[in-house]
Amino acid sequence: MPVTAPSFAPATIDTVIEAVEHPAQSVASLVLRRSDGQQFPAWEAGSHIDVHLENGLIRQYSLCSSRQSLSELRIGVLRTPDSRGGSAHVHDALRAGETLRISAPRNNFPLVDSRKYLFLAGGIGITPIIPMLEAVEAAGRQWVLYYGGRSRDTMAFARELEATYGTEKVKIIAEDVEGRLNLQEILGMPRAHMLVYACGPGGMLGAIEDFCMGWPPGVLHTERFVANDLGAGGNTEPFEVELSLTGTTVTVDTHQSILEAVEQAGARVLSSCRAGLCGTCETRIVSGEAEHRDAALTEADKDAGEVMMVCVSRAAAGCSRLVLEL
Amino acid sequence: MSTILHEPAIFTEDPFDPAVIADPYPFLARLREAGSVSYLEATGSYAVAGYEEVYEVLTDFETYSSAGGLGPRDIRKDEAWRPPSILESDPPIHTVMRRALTGVINPGTVRALRGPFTPPAVELTTALAKLQGFDAITDLAEKYPLRVFPDAVGIPEEGREHLLPYGNMVFNAFGPENYIFKQAFAQGDAHAAAVMKSCQRESMDEVGFGAQIWAKVAEGLISEQQATLLVRALLSAGVDTTIFGIGNTLSVLARYPEAWAQLRKNPSMAKFAVDEALRLESPFQKFHRTVAVDTVLGGVKLEAGTKVLVFLGAANRDPRKWGEDADSFSLDRSSSGHVAFGMGLHQCVGQPIARMEMEIVLQQLLERVQTIEPAGAPVPIIHNVLRGFESLPVSITAAR
Repeated sequence: MPVTAPSFAPATIDTVIEAVEHPAQSVASLVLRRSDGQQFPAWEAGSHIDVHLENGLIRQYSLCSSRQSLSELRIGVLRTPDSRGGSAHVHDALRAGETLRISAPRNNFPLVDSRKYLFLAGGIGITPIIPMLEAVEAAGRQWVLYYGGRSRDTMAFARELEATYGTEKVKIIAEDVEGRLNLQEILGMPRAHMLVYACGPGGMLGAIEDFCMGWPPGVLHTERFVANDLGAGGNTEPFEVELSLTGTTVTVDTHQSILEAVEQAGARVLSSCRAGLCGTCETRIVSGEAEHRDAALTEADKDAGEVMMVCVSRAAAGCSRLVLEL
Repeated sequence: MSTILHEPAIFTEDPFDPAVIADPYPFLARLREAGSVSYLEATGSYAVAGYEEVYEVLTDFETYSSAGGLGPRDIRKDEAWRPPSILESDPPIHTVMRRALTGVINPGTVRALRGPFTPPAVELTTALAKLQGFDAITDLAEKYPLRVFPDAVGIPEEGREHLLPYGNMVFNAFGPENYIFKQAFAQGDAHAAAVMKSCQRESMDEVGFGAQIWAKVAEGLISEQQATLLVRALLSAGVDTTIFGIGNTLSVLARYPEAWAQLRKNPSMAKFAVDEALRLESPFQKFHRTVAVDTVLGGVKLEAGTKVLVFLGAANRDPRKWGEDADSFSLDRSSSGHVAFGMGLHQCVGQPIARMEMEIVLQQLLERVQTIEPAGAPVPIIHNVLRGFESLPVSITAAR
């Protein structure tokens, strides 16, 4: 019975806070440089870093700087009203010149190549989209961004994006002026060879998922940000998966999906979209608790915890071993 | 991007000729090798048979419209024999119907069916395993979906005998109005009327997919007519294709005894066997799309308004995609990406149900049958677009 040894603890990088800016109401933007003066490792659009806060919390924030300059990284942090210490600590305690420990960039929201793109951002959900825009613009792809928020003064980077790409491509929809994003208008007419990337609060993503049921399977890619800032956030540790049919145990590293890890170990899993959408890779959970990241299961299914989509979902925080019927 | 344009290869052979239908693969290989796009004189349409071109036509729904219908004639120009289905519509008309259907048929709702779908498979395979042989089509493939699927939709018992003849009409109409078509439509009005009656709100039980689709009318997502059409789509697309899927899987496995033995040892592989069998013997072999705007495909100019015949079954055997052994069954192959259920916007919504039905039947048969082999030549069905068998005699030994 092959057992791969867990290679835990993702590499951390010590940084110095170069600047703290406030690009919008309740949003702090941190520019980070490496303490050793080196460059950051190259990263993909959609990536995030773990930020190790002094109060012991670990939080994930999307990178919103340019991938062309690896001498600095930028994150945008929204102060959430019911924060239990994550975003409040970033806003209140962190100052320019202080040090901050982060993880190397990781990507749970990869940009898949396509001929056309539709980007949808709600509020601070704009952050992972920013490097994506840079990437698709450089590749000469056709794209449009709809960025919604309560009012212009709460919408970070809105002006910067308009100035860089123009208002033909960047549609800023402030609720106090134009109302909410009109998803019927935006998504009511599916387009061929167009992928939809959306990041924002749960309610907005739920509505987008509903509209995208009328699109080809697999077009929608989402990242949900945890608005309430409670609990430990997503599991950032590697974990083990035991395949109950063969007794094999594999380690799922932070940069790979369960599907990839078990396929590498030689197990067969039926899969199709590999994006948490089509439901083909649904797998029964024998024991352990999953953190569901798919758009295929209902909330009731997710709560019941009997099955999971192994292409995107992972072990829950605190669960170091999942046993799956594979 | 500069493309060198060239003329399509001209084919005089008729893909809807009964001789070609009975043994389609030599013709399909010639078609694939002739070039990216061919022109079929018999139907006056273009044809694509390579994986790359088939994939392109299926996924570019703006250039290759469904609203002209899946047959060789543009249904918008003729008096259609029935109101257009979800399969015969483009966004945005298609969009709300697709949303409604995806909301009803999803992993959660389908998973709940594994319980009720299993006992009929146990019962059928237990009885068959006591025999020395049986007909895999008439004794099993045709029986099982009719035992489970109409119940899942929630239609009354009365009128179910019209489902198979109706499905036969619907799919044959994706081909030309030839002798095969006319045979299928012999008592067409009676079948169509009976099925339409089964689709009405008052015909539904309270819990099935039909009732859930009708609930989308109450939610304001779709109209009453659209609900009728969606239930009709389930009933016409959900029975025949699954029957053919089960039959075709067994036709393949009867020829591969080593695969059967391997599956007996590891029945969790059943779903991969089904997937690979669907690639090799795809039930839905071909249908048309209509070119919406002048375009170029594989270096051939296609004018707006012309029809393209899309050969799914040929794409699923394209050696450029699947390798030199594309014509053989391999349990080790990853058949992911095959287009047996279509691809893109119109990809089969009922796919998870069909896959589950096929997997359950195969698993139950594997449990009770030690060996299965052909007992005589299978009789192919002469059907315009579906590939399957009228009869598939097999001899078996029961598992101890």
